[in-house]
Amino acid sequence: MSAPSLEIADLSIAFGHGRARVQAVDRASFSVAPGDAFGIIGESGSGKSTILRAVTGLLDDYEGGVLIDGQMAPRPRARAFFKTVQMVFQDPYGSLHPRRMIRATLMEPLEIYRLDRRDDRIAQVLVDVGLAPEYAYRYPHQLSGGQRQRVAVARALLLEPRILLLDEPTSALDVSVQAGVLNVLNALRRARGLTYVMVSHDLRVIAHMCSRIAVMTQGRIVEEMSVEDLRAQRAQEQYTRTLIAASRAAVTAE
Amino acid sequence: MTDPLLDVRNLRVAYPSAHGYSDALRGISFTLGREKLGIVGESGSGKSTAGRAIMRLLPPKARVSADALRLSDVDLLTASEAQMRDIRGGRVAMILQDPRYALNPLKTVGAQIMESYRIHTRAGRAEARDRTLAMLEDVHIRDPRRVVDLYPHELSGGMGQRVMIAMMLIASPELVIADEPTSALDVTVRGQILEILNERVEAQGAGLILISHDLPLVSDFCDRVLVMYGGQVMEELAARDLSQATHPYTVSLHASLPPLDHAVDELIVPEYDPSWLTEIRK
Repeated sequence: MSAPSLEIADLSIAFGHGRARVQAVDRASFSVAPGDAFGIIGESGSGKSTILRAVTGLLDDYEGGVLIDGQMAPRPRARAFFKTVQMVFQDPYGSLHPRRMIRATLMEPLEIYRLDRRDDRIAQVLVDVGLAPEYAYRYPHQLSGGQRQRVAVARALLLEPRILLLDEPTSALDVSVQAGVLNVLNALRRARGLTYVMVSHDLRVIAHMCSRIAVMTQGRIVEEMSVEDLRAQRAQEQYTRTLIAASRAAVTAE
Repeated sequence: MTDPLLDVRNLRVAYPSAHGYSDALRGISFTLGREKLGIVGESGSGKSTAGRAIMRLLPPKARVSADALRLSDVDLLTASEAQMRDIRGGRVAMILQDPRYALNPLKTVGAQIMESYRIHTRAGRAEARDRTLAMLEDVHIRDPRRVVDLYPHELSGGMGQRVMIAMMLIASPELVIADEPTSALDVTVRGQILEILNERVEAQGAGLILISHDLPLVSDFCDRVLVMYGGQVMEELAARDLSQATHPYTVSLHASLPPLDHAVDELIVPEYDPSWLTEIRK
């Protein structure tokens, strides 16, 4: 078996000092095999997004290890790192520059990394996420929420990364729109053999997308389980059971 | 059955846009007794506009018309602004999505709840404070004496929403409009808040309109459901029949939800039938 695509070893992150110190992430560890989708679920403030921010290097002040393909990720993150790891953020209304055309937003990573055939790449990546190439000539306010999130996914894919970090990619979208975006993400993962780490508070979304799931509360990963165990409600920890019960409460009516 | 609490007939709302007026609500009708009515739909379907039209809280430029918009004995279309001030918060209360934005950040919880009580009753300061403490206890806040002196930023999301419920229900309204009351909250807190809301509404014998995009939640919580799309009511049905809905829009909305019990290869993306947008003639 080859080295895991992404490994987190004893990751700890704290904010503030002295009495105001908050342990946002407390010795979290997990590893994701190449081509797998790993989910992190928890309530707000549990530290799940903080882990992703540490992996991308947006938060550089962490303890423990972030390993890509068995190699320690450089600190601060080097340019080559982002050819491997890219992140899609939660709010497509906030993550696209409102006064730049989609084409300009998508052009930026290509210029930074000096890639060739820029217009071809942009057209191709838009098709890949299910948008017509003409969308390159629109501004964010001319797109719906689902279309914006597709653009955000397209931007992340331009550098052809192997690992995609997804921070609540559909929580700002309607369920009907969410279905389309999740389908695109699943199709891309299968077609390109991408590795996903997805953070969400929505058990349904996580169960649909991921094969292994970590449950977080108060900065700690309390349980890691397979999606089959999650569906069959085979949870070891009390907290996981509470979380599943709360998410299922509305399901029983069906 | 007695006279309905709320009678809405052919309610239309249009907002000004770059090309003349665009319709947000295109003739919706429903009546409400002392029951729980759910309004579900996607963003832009007009569900929040409907709630705001009842409160007459739409921007002044919005064009509102209806064959009837009555709250038991009051015609909401012609009521004066002074009458409306009594109605808003007094007879009709509205609970909004996010307590962080809906509460005044510069006033303590107690001051805000007392204010809402004293505007609609002739209560004195001491009585208002007693009622406020009792009300906080009614929404299951463990230590009301401590919480009254807190500011909104010191509250958690769930606690903030309880405070909002207390503030909205203290004047004993006949009708409560809850616009996405739990979508800003964590799943584990969501259930508690709905339970509290249900408990208070039933104890006071008020009618409730729950506006939400969450189909399973609404079918669980309400008696009756209106499904909206494109400013019109697509379907009205009893909440427990929601899973057996017949309208293709409701069916596809249901199908687009990732199932929790079994795996599916691909989610069904609703396809919209343009005919749903053509106006239903009655």
